[in-house]
Amino acid sequence: MCSLLRGEEMCLAQLFLQSGSAYDCINELGELGLVEFRDLNPGVNAFQRKHVNEIKKCEEMERILGKDILIFNIQYGNNPICLFIEFKLLEVELGEVTRNKEKLQRNLLELTEYTHMLRTTRNFVQRTSEVSVFISGLIQRTKIEAFERMLWRVCKGYTILSYAEVEEYLEDPDTGEPTKSVVFLISYWGDQIGQKVKKICDCYHCHLYPYPSSNEERTDVVEGLRTRIQDLHTVLHRTDDYLKQVLMKASESVYTWVIQVKKMKAIYFILNLCSFDVTNKCLIAEVWCPVNDIPTLRRALEEGSRKSGATVPSFVNRIPTNDTPPTLIRTNKFTSGFQNIVDAYGVGNYREVNPAPFTIITFPFLFAVMFGDLGHGVIMALFALWMVLYENNRKLKNTRNEIWNTFFEGRYIILMMGLFSIYTGLIYNDCFSKSLNIFGSGWSVKAMDADIRGNRVLTLDPNVTGVFRGPYPLGIDPIWNLASNRLTFLNSYKMKMSVILGVIHMSFGVILSTYNYLHFRKKHSLYLVFLPELLFLLCLFGYLVFMIFYKWLVFTAKDSRLAPSILIHFINMFLMQGDGVQPLYPGQTGLQVFLVVIAVLSVPVLLLGKPVYLYWLHNGSHRLGMYRVRFDFADEFLHQAIHTIEYCLGCVSNTASYLRLWALSLAHAQLSEVLWTMVMRVGLRMDTSLGVFFLVPVFGLFAVLTVSILLVMEGLSAFLHALRLHWVEFQNKFYSGTGVKFCPFSFSLLPSSFEHDGLL
Amino acid sequence: MAELGFVIAMSVMTLFWGIIGGVVPWFIPKGPNRGVIVTMLVLTAVCCYLFWLIAILAQLNPLFGPSLSTDTIWYLNYHWP
Repeated sequence: MCSLLRGEEMCLAQLFLQSGSAYDCINELGELGLVEFRDLNPGVNAFQRKHVNEIKKCEEMERILGKDILIFNIQYGNNPICLFIEFKLLEVELGEVTRNKEKLQRNLLELTEYTHMLRTTRNFVQRTSEVSVFISGLIQRTKIEAFERMLWRVCKGYTILSYAEVEEYLEDPDTGEPTKSVVFLISYWGDQIGQKVKKICDCYHCHLYPYPSSNEERTDVVEGLRTRIQDLHTVLHRTDDYLKQVLMKASESVYTWVIQVKKMKAIYFILNLCSFDVTNKCLIAEVWCPVNDIPTLRRALEEGSRKSGATVPSFVNRIPTNDTPPTLIRTNKFTSGFQNIVDAYGVGNYREVNPAPFTIITFPFLFAVMFGDLGHGVIMALFALWMVLYENNRKLKNTRNEIWNTFFEGRYIILMMGLFSIYTGLIYNDCFSKSLNIFGSGWSVKAMDADIRGNRVLTLDPNVTGVFRGPYPLGIDPIWNLASNRLTFLNSYKMKMSVILGVIHMSFGVILSTYNYLHFRKKHSLYLVFLPELLFLLCLFGYLVFMIFYKWLVFTAKDSRLAPSILIHFINMFLMQGDGVQPLYPGQTGLQVFLVVIAVLSVPVLLLGKPVYLYWLHNGSHRLGMYRVRFDFADEFLHQAIHTIEYCLGCVSNTASYLRLWALSLAHAQLSEVLWTMVMRVGLRMDTSLGVFFLVPVFGLFAVLTVSILLVMEGLSAFLHALRLHWVEFQNKFYSGTGVKFCPFSFSLLPSSFEHDGLL
Repeated sequence: MAELGFVIAMSVMTLFWGIIGGVVPWFIPKGPNRGVIVTMLVLTAVCCYLFWLIAILAQLNPLFGPSLSTDTIWYLNYHWP
């Protein structure tokens, strides 16, 4: 409990690691996740650190593994250098194989194009002239029109171009996409024209092939090409098989390698944070370590030294320090959710009171006050229970869906919220906007004895005997659900409830600050800060709560005409005007004046008490000749002034802020009622047998809207407002939340770029 | 009669939440989680009891009664005691 209430006690320790066993010792510490390393070389940038080369190698290995290129199953030692050499060899080999494959594919493409060209040009009509020369080749289909136009413009009719499209799609070696090509045949005469034509062909990236002069030559060439193509196909096939085999073998061990590389990189990063001692033989590391874990730390170092076979063991030394240690709060799977929502506001200072153990109950309770519906609470609790019972199911734990992960991480919070909602739903007597009548209502219509045929609306009068028989024992009377002035009663009840709960919650927060003052030995704060704060809060708002209870207990229906408005009395208290209205009780004016005077007096005590006391302390010791840290009165006074103003104004605004408990519960109840009246009742009112069939889709709609609007939307809304009440109204009474979280060096906490790429 | 009902309800609830908040914590076995569990029990008892208390005190001395429509009056007249 001490840990969850306050955080662990931490100490600064120095580790002396022998150079040979440093790697293994840090490996052990990484497995255990005990300590946080401090940077002993803060002035050095990343490129000047000692192990920067090893880290570069690790990053390259990660890159290679990321490209899915891997190693043969060669035996490698744990030595990081060995592993790296294997990686490099593998990369070279696979690079070669891939390049060869590309060359072969290019070759294949050329031969295929040549074959197509020969086949297509056979059908072209030829002009058998001695003078004309032929150029033949292939060009991409998209470029053929531009090519033709260019040829015409440049050569002006001294060339004849015939072309035909190839039916198959050929793979373009540069982009790898299938493209359509066109076979063309140019016949021209004259040398200059020839050069121009060749230049144009170059420009348009045509693949030119020699044109056979006679038919026999053509058939020979075609035969030759066919054999070569067949051979190439076989070779390519074999290369593919080889590549597949290699990759299959290595893929079996890729996960272990990825983890190994991750760990290696982390260890070298930590080694970079250490510094050498004077003799240059020993590595010194400074760590933050929980005091209770020092024996475990010692054992880990011994284990590491033993594994590396060092003769001189590494050891740990605790050193005193004035720096503030980071905050460590140990949590289990239940408390971690609540600790997370507290930490989201701010991690606590070292050994400051942690609001989390109280948040476990007050947060779901305040949520339930705003959510308060029995039926919805049951659904929420069942959903959370399902998540909790199946929490070890891998599929639920390891999805990539961010939103689901958020809900899953908070499954215990949702379970508590659901359970409390069931209770508050019972008290509000609200189950899917209907009330339960378990004990029998306290109001009786029969006793009213009114003319039921005549009256349109009947208001039950509690003054008539027998009409009101006593308060409903568990919550709100079910008759209010049937009444048209329901909201008048409920609003008054819920507003007063919100104020009562708010003042109690805030007082609890103020009282928690005493823990801090006592722990940090600031007894003067107890009298000069805590006491004025508490008096201010209780004299004003505590008295308001008292008046609410007093009115509830003392004023009955008989004096309903004289029933005072509490708000008017409260305002009059400040204005010191007690004459206009009837006093609530004898001596009220005197008591109220007394309370206001105390509250007003506590403000200057709060404002000046602490700075003046500290100034007096500082001056007193100065006279005794002791050395003290320079005390800045102005700074301290300003700080205290801001605190006083914030607190006093905050008391008023925060009390009003708790009225959101009323507002949200009203909104939820109204939404629930609208859904029932507009959706479900329509289905239930149909009398015909058709109504049975009609009810099925109506219920479906009702269920979908209940879950999406009332559970998800209202749930999120109430969650947010309950969180705000905790973060602002409760925590600003005692919590500063400006600490640093303890991040131990642990392999399980390392982020991995592989996880983002989906490889792990 | 009405008083009796109120007294019974008051004592039952006070006893119930009093046991949960005041007696059960003594029986929680010693362990690392004892502190958290005790805090949870006490806070639950306080919150729930207070919430119920506010609800019943608000209805103890009602200053006005519910307004019912004709259909409701007719039904309640014959079906509720």
